Amino acid sequence: MSGRYPRIAMVVGSAVVALVLPRVIYSVLALDILLWALFAMSVDLLVGYVGLLSFGHAAFWGGAAYVAALLARDLRLAFPLAALAGVLAAMALAVPVGYLSIRRRGIYFAMVTLAFAQMLFYLVNELRGVTGGENGVQGVPRLLWGVSVTRPGDFYYAALPLVLLGYLAVYRVTRSPFGHVLAAIRDNEARAQALGYPTPRYKLVAFVLSAGIAGLAGSLYAIGHGFASLDLLHWTTSGTVVLMVVLGGTGTLWGSLVGAAIVLFLRDQLSSVTEASDAVTGAILIAIVLGFRRGLWRSLAALPARAVRRLART
Amino acid sequence: MPPFTTRRTIRSPILARTDGFAVETRGVTKEFAGFRAVNGVDLRLEAGRVHALVGPNGAGKTSLFNLLTGFLKPTSGEVLIFGRDATHLRADEIANLGVARSFQITSLFEQLSALEHVLLALQSATDLGLRFWSSEGALRRFVPRGRELLGEVGLEGAADRLASDLPYGQKRALELAIALAREPRLLLLDEPTSGMGLEDVGRTIALIRQVAGGRTVLLVEHNMGVVAEVAQRVVVMQQGRVIADGPYEAVRHDPAVIAAYLGQVDA
Repeated sequence: MSGRYPRIAMVVGSAVVALVLPRVIYSVLALDILLWALFAMSVDLLVGYVGLLSFGHAAFWGGAAYVAALLARDLRLAFPLAALAGVLAAMALAVPVGYLSIRRRGIYFAMVTLAFAQMLFYLVNELRGVTGGENGVQGVPRLLWGVSVTRPGDFYYAALPLVLLGYLAVYRVTRSPFGHVLAAIRDNEARAQALGYPTPRYKLVAFVLSAGIAGLAGSLYAIGHGFASLDLLHWTTSGTVVLMVVLGGTGTLWGSLVGAAIVLFLRDQLSSVTEASDAVTGAILIAIVLGFRRGLWRSLAALPARAVRRLART
Repeated sequence: MPPFTTRRTIRSPILARTDGFAVETRGVTKEFAGFRAVNGVDLRLEAGRVHALVGPNGAGKTSLFNLLTGFLKPTSGEVLIFGRDATHLRADEIANLGVARSFQITSLFEQLSALEHVLLALQSATDLGLRFWSSEGALRRFVPRGRELLGEVGLEGAADRLASDLPYGQKRALELAIALAREPRLLLLDEPTSGMGLEDVGRTIALIRQVAGGRTVLLVEHNMGVVAEVAQRVVVMQQGRVIADGPYEAVRHDPAVIAAYLGQVDA
């Protein structure tokens, strides 16, 4: 129970940070950080809690983004409904993709998911009549049942409850009876089977839930920016989100937030300073990954305890 | 004849005979790249009795274990468990027939505590597992029984320690607690006393005797003292075949068994 109060303090502290964030950095970047963090958590749910490294999560982030953007623009759906549709579409897509990919582990699982994501990329590019091809879906309105959320600052606060709901959903899943079985499968799948757990079914449910979370983040991202483009489905998007998870530390959830914040903040700051911002970002990220092998979050979280020990010694 | 009648629905009534055997294998063979690890084994385990499976290293004992529990599929032959054809069932389906097993190479869930291991085993008998929306507080109902099971195997003091931090003998004991938590009708133990000190071996023997009541037990065991103490029947394997099968005293004096063990000494 010793961890309870620090945890509550962190949740309250984070909520305060989330509320004042658009006053510190501009609100588009603030929302980007929160949404990429949610996307990263969906990947961490698989990597950190089931031991499955998906390299095709752009399919769910981008696929949901297209569905939500099209429904918001063509049917003029309020953004929470469009996002819900995006979530459901991502989950529906995840059923066959998950069914076929969870039969493999490790690098093979990563490659199968990547292959499916690439198929979706080309499919969306080909269906120009619906998706706009290389132009994407443009002019997506931000609608909320008559309430004006057109300004980015307003949309940030309108979307915040849904984002927090997404965080809570991931947190609950990892700390449910289901989450315990996932941890068992990650540590030793054969033994979990010997206990009578049909492990493929568990992995599939985790995969579909993860896709739904990624879909929520992607839907809000498309509506927030007012467009859905092929970038969202590109394999580099899958790579970026994996990078965020590894940077922050797998199996922590908080790490996803730290990883997303660092990657996006670096890109944003450096792109105004240098042409070679990606190269500089890359160099900094390599330094962080080598310097903090267990991920930034675990290393940072261990700091207070270490400081106390050092004080006690002197 | 309805069009959806499948092979399986035709076969199962024919095979659904128990004959008092918990396990029956018919000519079970497992080949790995041409090497016959298990070669035409006809094994019968009588319901409610303790059986020991012995034999020199490489005799095929662990392969047979894996065939019985669905972790390996036989190249040919059939496996019947409680009269049901289990040849093509997955490991979790066999487990849910009431079969629990321990593993020879202790491979626990590294990041779970001893108590969490037992809770996970207790939870598996319920439908809680897929409830991703429930709080983990739902697992609290299993804690009293979990602590009781840990007490039975002498781990009451280790409930909150990570499995990876336990000494080897305690890991073996935890294996046993996990298997017992499943309330199995058939208990398969792969070297339950290996690596244990004398005191722990004594406790394990007592425990196996205690839990055997009404259950069918098959244990792979190298310690002949343990075999003599707990097993009512001994099955001896050599080079993938069963070479002797009977009460301990009879098997001990079987010329084929003596030759197999002497042969091993020579080698």
